[in-house]
Amino acid sequence: MLFGITWDTSNGDLAFALSILPILLRGMLVTIQATIAGFAIAMVLGLVFAVLKSVPLKIVSWPAIVITEFFRDTPLLVQLFFLYYVLADYNIILPAFATGALALGVQYSAYMAEVYRAGIEAVARGQREAARALDLSASRTFTHIILPQAVPRVVPALGNYLVSIMKDVPVLSVVTVLEMLGVARIIGDQTFNYLVPLSMVGGLYLIMTLVASALVRFVDAKLPKRGLPFK
Amino acid sequence: MSEPIIKFEKVVKSYGNYRVLNDLDFEVARGEKVTIIGPSGSGKSTVLRILMTLEKINGGVVSVGNEPLWHEKGPNGLIPAREAHLRKMRKQLGMVFQQFNLFPHMTVLRNLTEAPMSVLGLSKQDARERAEELLQLVGLSDQAQKFPNQLSGGQQQRVGIARALAMRPKVMLFDEPTSALDPELVGEVLNVIAKLAEEHDLTMLLVTHEMRFAREVSDRVCFFDQGNIKEQGTPDELFTNPREERTRAFLKAVLEG
Repeated sequence: MLFGITWDTSNGDLAFALSILPILLRGMLVTIQATIAGFAIAMVLGLVFAVLKSVPLKIVSWPAIVITEFFRDTPLLVQLFFLYYVLADYNIILPAFATGALALGVQYSAYMAEVYRAGIEAVARGQREAARALDLSASRTFTHIILPQAVPRVVPALGNYLVSIMKDVPVLSVVTVLEMLGVARIIGDQTFNYLVPLSMVGGLYLIMTLVASALVRFVDAKLPKRGLPFK
Repeated sequence: MSEPIIKFEKVVKSYGNYRVLNDLDFEVARGEKVTIIGPSGSGKSTVLRILMTLEKINGGVVSVGNEPLWHEKGPNGLIPAREAHLRKMRKQLGMVFQQFNLFPHMTVLRNLTEAPMSVLGLSKQDARERAEELLQLVGLSDQAQKFPNQLSGGQQQRVGIARALAMRPKVMLFDEPTSALDPELVGEVLNVIAKLAEEHDLTMLLVTHEMRFAREVSDRVCFFDQGNIKEQGTPDELFTNPREERTRAFLKAVLEG
């Protein structure tokens, strides 16, 4: 029994599968929530890092470069343990889910910073020159000229990371987040039937990633290629 | 000639070992229409780009309206200009680019109102009125709600001109405004520039390969070669009776090409 739902182990695999489906769907909901939370953090933090890295002042850009390099070159699991166990020693105690979402967000922000940066650099130089000739401020140029043109270009690459984050969520089970794979393993441990729940996890993952990819393609198709419009 | 609004004194600009501008001395009087011609790599566009603060200088002094552009007054003479000074100085200049450089994600109207609103602090209503006046001037009143990629190259460049004018600059810089256009679209852009030259007391600095046009609109033509002015004079002097062999060779090549 898990989440108050009991499973049926005596009427064959199909009945067993049907009985654990609601439990796995609970786990799937957590997986989706962690994906969305991690992706949202990574999108915002990634943009912040991309901006900091492009600041001409080395005192600003260097720390950003070092930090993102550290995030990219250390395993997600190390970052996760660090946030969960080490911070607790300093009385910073985060709930397991928040820790997991933060670890995902932080790790992927380092990747996404590079994507943003490529998108920002791909905006034609003439756009910056026109903005400068019109005397627009640096921040206005970034928010109203560069970014709206960069965003449509980076959506496909950012979308790939959405799928990657989704596939990394099972790592969070080591800090007791009850996402889908963790749930399936508990079911397996208790029923000695691993084949059915793990196969179902594989299938459900496939559906999730296909839906996520379709969503990204949909958003990509909807965004005007010339840039986000300004009223 | 009245007092100069633009003054280059011994200006040097180099890229690595290559000197684009070589101790250039150059003046433009208030209201004067000056055309710069010359072979590519002679530094013509660099003069405009330096004025628009898109390129730094490596030596000498550039002044706009009697105030140094790339320097400001420090306790012990001139020091390199800071961004605040550049922003103040830049407001006097407007630029039209060879590749138009319109903002593709904004409508024509928004292209024209963006800077007046965010830089000059105009209200939406005032910026809009100013934009509509300018669109009328360039003959594009009915295109305000279109995006740049829905316009022809000639129309885009006319928007580019209107966008620069919306900031009410004292000096307009035209950097090969028709070089990227199909031949049949050149005329409509030149007509707008000619109208501006006739009807406004704007100071205009134009880099172009359109010799006939240069002859019609300019008060003075400067022939640039190897980072300096090789020869200058009224259009009649320079085009009909060039003194320098180099000028003659260039004009021959351009006019017969």
